Amino acid sequence: MLTLDNVSKTYRTGAFGTGTCNAVCDVSFSIEPGEVIALIGESGSGKSTIGRMILRLSAVTSGSITLDGVDVSTIRRGRLKDYYARVQGVFQDPFSSYNPIFKADRVFSMIRQGYLSGLSASEWHTKLTASLDAVSLSPEDVLHKYPHQLSGGQLQRLLVARALLLDIEFLVADEIISMLDASTRIDVLNLLGDLKERGLGILFITHDLSLGNYIGDRAVILHKGAVVEDGPTEQVFSKPQSPYTQMLLDAVPRLHERWGEPHSNGAPPTQTDDE
Amino acid sequence: MSLHVKDLAVYYRSLRGDVQALDGVTFSVADGEIMGLAGESGCGKSTLGKSLIRLDGRMRHMRGRVELDGVELPIASTNGAMNRFRLKEVSIVPQYAMSALNPTRKIGKFSRELLESRGVDFESVQPELERRLELVGLSKSVLDLYPIELSGGMKQRTVMVISTLLDPSLLIADEITSALDVSTQKAVAKTLVEFRDRGFVKSMIVITHDLSILYQVADTILVMYAGKLAEKARASEIVNAPRHPYTKLLISSLPEVGVRYTERKLVGIPGKPPSLLKPPTGCRFRHRCPLASEECKQEPPFVELAPNHHVACWKAA
Repeated sequence: MLTLDNVSKTYRTGAFGTGTCNAVCDVSFSIEPGEVIALIGESGSGKSTIGRMILRLSAVTSGSITLDGVDVSTIRRGRLKDYYARVQGVFQDPFSSYNPIFKADRVFSMIRQGYLSGLSASEWHTKLTASLDAVSLSPEDVLHKYPHQLSGGQLQRLLVARALLLDIEFLVADEIISMLDASTRIDVLNLLGDLKERGLGILFITHDLSLGNYIGDRAVILHKGAVVEDGPTEQVFSKPQSPYTQMLLDAVPRLHERWGEPHSNGAPPTQTDDE
Repeated sequence: MSLHVKDLAVYYRSLRGDVQALDGVTFSVADGEIMGLAGESGCGKSTLGKSLIRLDGRMRHMRGRVELDGVELPIASTNGAMNRFRLKEVSIVPQYAMSALNPTRKIGKFSRELLESRGVDFESVQPELERRLELVGLSKSVLDLYPIELSGGMKQRTVMVISTLLDPSLLIADEITSALDVSTQKAVAKTLVEFRDRGFVKSMIVITHDLSILYQVADTILVMYAGKLAEKARASEIVNAPRHPYTKLLISSLPEVGVRYTERKLVGIPGKPPSLLKPPTGCRFRHRCPLASEECKQEPPFVELAPNHHVACWKAA
């Protein structure tokens, strides 16, 4: 279980670092294996900062992040490497996650060098094929290609496959489908659902309420760095307690209802011909 | 009178040949109509929007005409004939309104320079500029601010006000809500409709990849696929009763608030759009289309199947 306990992050701002900016304030929640938490917030709400702190890319100012009881902010070197074998991240822009002068599958060979150097060539091949299979990619389509030869959806799925090679337990998915096209983004989203069924705990960070609603078991709504609502997704979306969540839900553009019409909240869409 | 586009084709020059980004599109926008233009990235929707006001250096006008209020727009001319129409008749709110403003000029000075370059006296329109800024919820003091001092939504609204100050006949809004938070998005989208209702602009083309925002603001929606038109109809028909297989699949793949993975699993469209360097003959969607057959090797015409419902597909009835 990955637990955040009163986690805060303060950035120093201004020319001499004299000002402060409280990006995250006293955030607490935990992720169980086999659970998708949708962390939803507008820009500047601190949602990416939380993801970065879990991945040890930013330091925690106060509070603690623990993985099965071990504080992750104190682990160093070899144990940090072990941590990354259990917790991995995938980020928003698949195009800048790759080095354009190397072939895209270099991300796999780097994992092999770092973590799986004991495997024989055939064992490695089986493992690689299995993890590509898990993200519905065929090896002949994606191996030995440069990043520019692959689509955004393929690149993003390769990054998930890379994380799967390590048999990870938790995945931080930070806006991983916002740069993908409508017709392919749903496949990457369904992939997260399949991984969840295989027992992976996923922190799905998004600004899009409909995506969070689609995939999340629990929804955590952030506003200005603080959690304003946390609960089972159905409950958060059908009976939002905080006025901020209510405002967000009213503002989100829906496909079968116009702004100002009463929400059906999952009921079959009513046909409206008001033109 | 409104906008009529006939068989417009615009290609991009590249080292490997012409990219046929916009290949023979024909449609009209009526007075007072807000037309949404939707499609995946690379389908030519921004190319279409841009070609109505300014072709950049890589864009080549191949064929076709554009007529606005009965006057042909010289979109392909390189001698500045188009300048007469820009801002006054056709105006655009570009994709990155944040970068449309000059960072080294205060908003007021920027507007003055822009208007004077079009031969308009700034003092005579300044009261109207201030009035409209207040209308969109900005105080006139923003004229004394630099763009960096405004938030994303404020910049977007400022650019909208400046772009429509001379009451153009046609406004092109290119992905103006994409970079904004949902609450700001709603305010900006409502401003668009209000501008039309108040007569600041006669008709509008709203370009976005987000169909749910179009459903909120647009009267009609035009769906594009790989440089061609796929379907045009009233917004409620596109969303509730689409006829083109691409529109059907696209609509059914969109997650909405209320749809859960555990209850109803949505599916995407397999495959990816064709390369526009050498696009396939016939219907460009046929390689991904579940209904495709022999006849789809012929290009389907964009025909009116029901009143105000145009579809380019042999299988749509």
